[in-house]
Amino acid sequence: MGTIRDMIAPFDFFQPATVDDALALLSEHGDDAWVLAGGLDSFDWFKDRIKRPKVVVDLGVIESLSAISESGDGLEIGAMASLTSIVNHARIRADYPLLTTAAEHVATPQIRNQGTLGGNVSQDTRCWYYRSGWPCYRAGGNTCYAAAPQAMNREHCILGASRCVAVSPSDTAPALFALDATMVVRHGRRERVIDAEDFFIGPSTDITRMTILEAGDLLTSIRIPAQWAGARVYYEKVRDRGSWDFALESVAAAFRMDGDMVADARVVVNGVAPYPVRLEAVERSIIGSRASEDLAIGAGEVAIQGVRSLRHNDYKVPMMRNLVKRAVRSVVA
Amino acid sequence: MAGTTEVVRLNVNGDTREVGVPTHYTLLETLRYVLALTGSKQGCDKGDCGACTVLLDGVPTLSCITPVWEAEGKSVTTVEGLAGPSGPHPLQDEFDLNGAAQCGFCTPGILCSAAALLERTGTPTRDEIKEALAGNLCRCTGYTKIYDAIEAAAERMSAAG
Repeated sequence: MGTIRDMIAPFDFFQPATVDDALALLSEHGDDAWVLAGGLDSFDWFKDRIKRPKVVVDLGVIESLSAISESGDGLEIGAMASLTSIVNHARIRADYPLLTTAAEHVATPQIRNQGTLGGNVSQDTRCWYYRSGWPCYRAGGNTCYAAAPQAMNREHCILGASRCVAVSPSDTAPALFALDATMVVRHGRRERVIDAEDFFIGPSTDITRMTILEAGDLLTSIRIPAQWAGARVYYEKVRDRGSWDFALESVAAAFRMDGDMVADARVVVNGVAPYPVRLEAVERSIIGSRASEDLAIGAGEVAIQGVRSLRHNDYKVPMMRNLVKRAVRSVVA
Repeated sequence: MAGTTEVVRLNVNGDTREVGVPTHYTLLETLRYVLALTGSKQGCDKGDCGACTVLLDGVPTLSCITPVWEAEGKSVTTVEGLAGPSGPHPLQDEFDLNGAAQCGFCTPGILCSAAALLERTGTPTRDEIKEALAGNLCRCTGYTKIYDAIEAAAERMSAAG
């Protein structure tokens, strides 16, 4: 028998069988409760003993939450659908390959087996000052260590900073945003259907949260409308190495073409701000125009209007320009 | 009550095991420190390195970030369960013959990932092998001999039918 290595601060563990049971537990325990999906983000916090929830509500046995089903003319993906099940889903691959590709780019085979779509979009930022337990603004403190003069902020944001300069780490969030997906959130008996635009929030809205989800809320599914089914899409994720890692930046785009003219478009980047950013100015600059190299170059320039880099992340500006340029270039005949 | 112990019922390598564990235990902690199955390794202990990989209903799973309760009702296969009654798994033989292990710490997780791959496809390409092992870090071998060993095991298994 080896030495007992008891890493995690003890908690009560619940495995509700239904969504209603889960909501009842979340309502009963309020801020003491932690919603557990695939576990990658959660156990990282638990084992560092930085987050010490009293109660963990594991969604793992609620079968209805991992269903992928037709919804109207689109798809409804349960929040607990594993990333592997999304990668392997024939209808998603046929109609929404942007999501397939984004899910394929998440981490490792094991993490995709365990990781869920709901968890991937709800995960916390990876700013290492924050993840190491420094008492920063996001952790309820009164400074940002990543924006300090000596800070190492190579991975941090160039847009959307408001005291906090952390970025969203999700690979699937920009793809879902580009597909006009909506998030279905339950709270008690109330159900809200929230646009991606409103689901992902920045520090100016609430510096302690990455999403609109609050205590008692449960993301139950994500709906993908038919609007972008079969569209031309582009996804690219830049990371420090060929093997798995979080994105330095990523771009997810969808295009409707009318001949060689861009009839409609969605262009979303991630890794540049505390939330995935839909670039509506870029979209306006290309919609109605013939796809061309010049249009792509122009789109890249429009994309970086208003960005502001930190001491060590200047590289993110040309990277963002080039990712947007490459996305638009993908529809040039 | 936080910190209390409850009974978990597991199927590990074909055996039913009923043991008391603290409610916050992971599958890895239960395997190693309650069932004394120390083949599965505690590496990064955060889901990054793959040394704790086991098979849950045949699916490669990181036991260090899996609550033990999630393994109830599923079959757990650890490296200790790969060998059959007639001897080691062909993968284990070929790792030996190809010198695919150096320090050996990553080997149990890699064997589990590779066993799941060979269940799925009898003749994987080298790219498929690389992808299947993308979540298993090895700091010694440079992977080449590991890929060689998995290819050799695949050939041996398809030859044996």
